[in-house]
Amino acid sequence: MIWDLHCHFTGLEGRTPDERMANLIEYADRMGVDKVTIFMGIRHSLDPTPEVFRRENDEVMQALSHWHDRAFGFAYVNPNYPDESVAEMDRMIADGPMVGIKLWVACRCSDPKLDAIVTHAAKLKAVIFQHTWYKTRGNLPGESTPEDLVVLAKRFPEITFICGHSGGNWELGIRAIRRHPNIMLGTGGFDPTAGMMEMAVRELGADRIIYGSDAGGRSFASQLAKVQGADIDNAAKKMILGRNYQRLLQPILNDKVQK
Amino acid sequence: MIDVNVSLFRWPTRRLPDDDTKLLVRRLRANGITQAWAGSFEGLLHNDLTGVNDRLAAECIEQGEEILVPFGTINPMLPDWEGDLLRCTDHHRMPGIRLHPDFHRYSLDSEAIQRVFALASEKQLIVQLALRMEDVRTSSSVFSLAEVDTAPLAKTVEKFPQLQLVVLNWSRDLRGPAFGDLAQLKNVCFDIATLESAGGVGKLIQEVPYQQVLLGSHAPFFYHVAAMLKLRESELGEFITTAIAGGNAARLLAGN
Repeated sequence: MIWDLHCHFTGLEGRTPDERMANLIEYADRMGVDKVTIFMGIRHSLDPTPEVFRRENDEVMQALSHWHDRAFGFAYVNPNYPDESVAEMDRMIADGPMVGIKLWVACRCSDPKLDAIVTHAAKLKAVIFQHTWYKTRGNLPGESTPEDLVVLAKRFPEITFICGHSGGNWELGIRAIRRHPNIMLGTGGFDPTAGMMEMAVRELGADRIIYGSDAGGRSFASQLAKVQGADIDNAAKKMILGRNYQRLLQPILNDKVQK
Repeated sequence: MIDVNVSLFRWPTRRLPDDDTKLLVRRLRANGITQAWAGSFEGLLHNDLTGVNDRLAAECIEQGEEILVPFGTINPMLPDWEGDLLRCTDHHRMPGIRLHPDFHRYSLDSEAIQRVFALASEKQLIVQLALRMEDVRTSSSVFSLAEVDTAPLAKTVEKFPQLQLVVLNWSRDLRGPAFGDLAQLKNVCFDIATLESAGGVGKLIQEVPYQQVLLGSHAPFFYHVAAMLKLRESELGEFITTAIAGGNAARLLAGN
């Protein structure tokens, strides 16, 4: 069972979300990926106004409409607009099919502006995915590092967060989060550098790692290789490729079934 | 299958799971590789490239189980780099050499690279041009590597019609017209190690003839299986898959 935490419309052929989603599923099928998670629109906006993130989320909703059996959606929100973000989470998650939120680079996640958003996400049992990088030549002004995420996670120790991209520079990212058990590691969206998964399992344990690809900009192949090519046992691979994500999603999926 | 992009010995800033040659060869064999063109991580930072290439050649013989083919590192910014190249050909009988313009700091229209291309053409060597070894966003700040400007590469290569050039780890740096112009040249091949996007190989062969595309993994720096899985991700068909996985490289080596 392979569930992919992290996909986009970018890097795929097709004029519309529907066409791009169909292409994404075709590649997922070829690589044995059972479910994908999609967030953000065809064009990404670094610091989207509410109008823009609503439009991007509408595109994801459209794509999901034909693929409920194969795809999850996360709502893209912006901490610079906390009230509108909370309202969007109600529209997309409480009253819609989405199961998580995506936080990108509009605002560093250590900022208290995130508090209302993560509190509401927890109330909805939504998964919280935060993009993080340590870039050798410097991050974007609003781009979070794993250490920013640690600041946030310390304020909300009962809430689980996902450290997207493993911080890019994963040797630093894994170190940053290892003593904070409410942070899980997202493995997508950086080169398939060997040794990454072995270090992650050693420092975090397999139960804190979730496979994601960042396809279509990234290749499913290169990102699956981090798990399938790693010198870790098969039980760990199964957890990372799907079971951990399934466990994280279970509360919100149960709620949606009951509704 | 032929993997045209592997390296031996230690990466400068990290231990890698397969940085022991025996383990690397075991991995390659397990993934169906019957021949791998091997450079040396030592060649990135060492100045005694004669010693680097001697060790590479010896390691391929002693630990390579007849699948490793050495490609010596040449740094044209060093005094008497020509001596290193001649030692690669005349002493070690290497079929090719590997260049690292980012670590060794020369441009792709420099006199230095043109002298290498000229001598390599004369010696009928395959030249592997590794545009980078690591994403600059994650590389150690100690290196402060310059991004290689690929714009002049096609015009440089055009001057050497006998040259056999294999571009490695290129996909972040070689885009737009710089890629398009280079892809027009039949004596240039591209590996797939850093190729990204879903179905990347399938998209690549819409832009460049499949005969110019080669299986390359950049192992052991990358998980070796990444390159293998890329061949599955696109609907290539058996004939083209076979060509990319080894036929094109075998032809290149035979013509050399």
